Amino acid sequence: MPTSTTTRFSYREAVRDAMSQAMRRDADVFIMGQDIAEHGGSQKVTLGMLEEFGPGRVRNSPISEMALTGAGIGAAMLGMRPIVEIMYEDFLTLAMEQLVNHAAKERYMSGGQLKVPLTVRTQGGAGWSSGAQHGQQTEGWFVGVPGLKVVYPSTPRDARGLLWSSIYDDNCVVFFEHVQLYNQREELPEEIEPIPLGKARIVRIGTDVTVVAIGPLVHEALAAAEQAEQEGISVEVIDPRTLQPLDEEAILESVRKTSRCVVAHEAVRRMGIGAEMAAVIQEKAFDWLDAPIERVGARFTPLPFAPGLEQASVPRREQVYAAIKRTVGSR
Amino acid sequence: MTELDYIVPSQTAEPGRFLQQMLVIRKFEQQVEERYRDGEIPGFVHLAIGQEAVAVGACAALSPRDVITSTHRSHAHALAKGSSARAVMAELYGKLEGCSRGRGGSMHLYDVERGNLGSSAVVGGALGIATGAALAFSMRSEPRVALAFFGDGATASGLFHESMNMAQLWRLPAVFLCENNRWAESTPLAQHSPISDLTQRAQAFGMTSLEVDGQDVEAVYRATAEALAHARSGAGPVFLLAETYRLAPHNVGDQQEYRDKAEYELTRATEDPIEKLRERLALPDERFAELEREAELVVADAVEFARRGTDPDPATLLEDVYAD
Repeated sequence: MPTSTTTRFSYREAVRDAMSQAMRRDADVFIMGQDIAEHGGSQKVTLGMLEEFGPGRVRNSPISEMALTGAGIGAAMLGMRPIVEIMYEDFLTLAMEQLVNHAAKERYMSGGQLKVPLTVRTQGGAGWSSGAQHGQQTEGWFVGVPGLKVVYPSTPRDARGLLWSSIYDDNCVVFFEHVQLYNQREELPEEIEPIPLGKARIVRIGTDVTVVAIGPLVHEALAAAEQAEQEGISVEVIDPRTLQPLDEEAILESVRKTSRCVVAHEAVRRMGIGAEMAAVIQEKAFDWLDAPIERVGARFTPLPFAPGLEQASVPRREQVYAAIKRTVGSR
Repeated sequence: MTELDYIVPSQTAEPGRFLQQMLVIRKFEQQVEERYRDGEIPGFVHLAIGQEAVAVGACAALSPRDVITSTHRSHAHALAKGSSARAVMAELYGKLEGCSRGRGGSMHLYDVERGNLGSSAVVGGALGIATGAALAFSMRSEPRVALAFFGDGATASGLFHESMNMAQLWRLPAVFLCENNRWAESTPLAQHSPISDLTQRAQAFGMTSLEVDGQDVEAVYRATAEALAHARSGAGPVFLLAETYRLAPHNVGDQQEYRDKAEYELTRATEDPIEKLRERLALPDERFAELEREAELVVADAVEFARRGTDPDPATLLEDVYAD
């Protein structure tokens, strides 16, 4: 076996590397978005790409999320593989009409004549007092749209491999990145390791409780699991990574083993993706459950500005740990 | 003449063909109204009666490799871009043989092979898509143009302004063809636009604009050809304003209580694009009646085809939600 050289990638660099490698390989891949050229994007994800690929393929766009997304759809329908960067996921609302009524439906409405291989990357998340319009988690608004795929990686490896697969998927993928994860680091080989959409990852093996967590909550769940371990509670952590389609089988298999489940995300708990996961588990693994499924998510408020309020709104390891304890407490 | 090649965009100014094509569309729309009233066609339908010259003149000027996007009032655009009357009628009946396999309906007609990227029933909703298609042509240096049909009502939408701005900024090969039929459903132009000359919309972006009498099919053909040449040359997009008339209600069933009856009847009597061309060609009544009969046969054949069509199998419901 030849030893493959590895490099330490941040989550940010992993996202950039997936795009850059795809753009080197394929002239049909390009990116457009606000401030992504000289400025490198609001989170510097595209830094340096202008120098390598030029302004034709790293297109700085006007502040027109709707036309930007529409143009991405149109170019994708003509066989390009565009990547559209929406600066904050809050601003997906401005593109929502195009995503929901067009990107998601063109294939179906055309009776299979069209494909929309468009990737819409966006980022957000709490933890830095960004206020109510620059940090909310919106992935739950898109998972209920037939025709869209939704991806939310929690590590550099997953970010790179899943973004690659998203770019080469023939459907519109809404790709969520979390601002607090950009500096997460991981050793990765130079070559892309594509990760198929719709496949969950078992992050930590355990036997007593399954925690299904997404985005930053994967890391919070791991911390909570370490804490629980000290008390003799063995926690399995699963990251679905793709939320639409959801790898139901991986979740069910774990719950059938542990008989207890906590679902955790940073988005609001009420009506969140965790509710769908809980419903799937009780429909398909009810007889295996020894305790009610616990849901962890943000309080039902707009994301507050004051640091203390923000902390009180979004869940972290303490809430996951408490949920683990509650579910085990019903033993 | 077979049904299938009755309307093929010709790229030549052949008024005789234009007349035939407009007649097929007119008879098609009239037949749709009847079949809809008889309960054969589900959903709801918007007829392009009065606007046939815009669809026919514009699509005749397009090259086969050019693409269009359309609107909720889509039948004329689809037929003029070359979709068969059979396929369009079957779609209206929700049949598998329809141009969208029964998944689209009247407001979602697609024929990608013939360059119809589909009609969006969100007013102005396809303008970004046309911009993106033009972007693809530009990036690949393909000498193709994307032409978006939309109405006056769409010029008040955000996506219209965003798309016009982006297309001009990037000098994309697009033609924004505004069919000003003076009505946004029941709202007259004066109630939805602070300006009456819609070419001023284009001026805001420094975009070239052209204006044409949308009831004169030959003029529409020439103006579209000019707009296409401009866009294809790399000089940027064109806003093409076609002043036209909706000589029908917004949709079948609309009583048009908002519209002055006398104005409506007068407009129908004086602004019919088919009558105008018939006069200009000085066509003998006999010849015109013959063309009408031919068009009726094409449409009758389409109706029979649609009636005999296959209802989509509910077992196929989940097909094409996603591409594999």
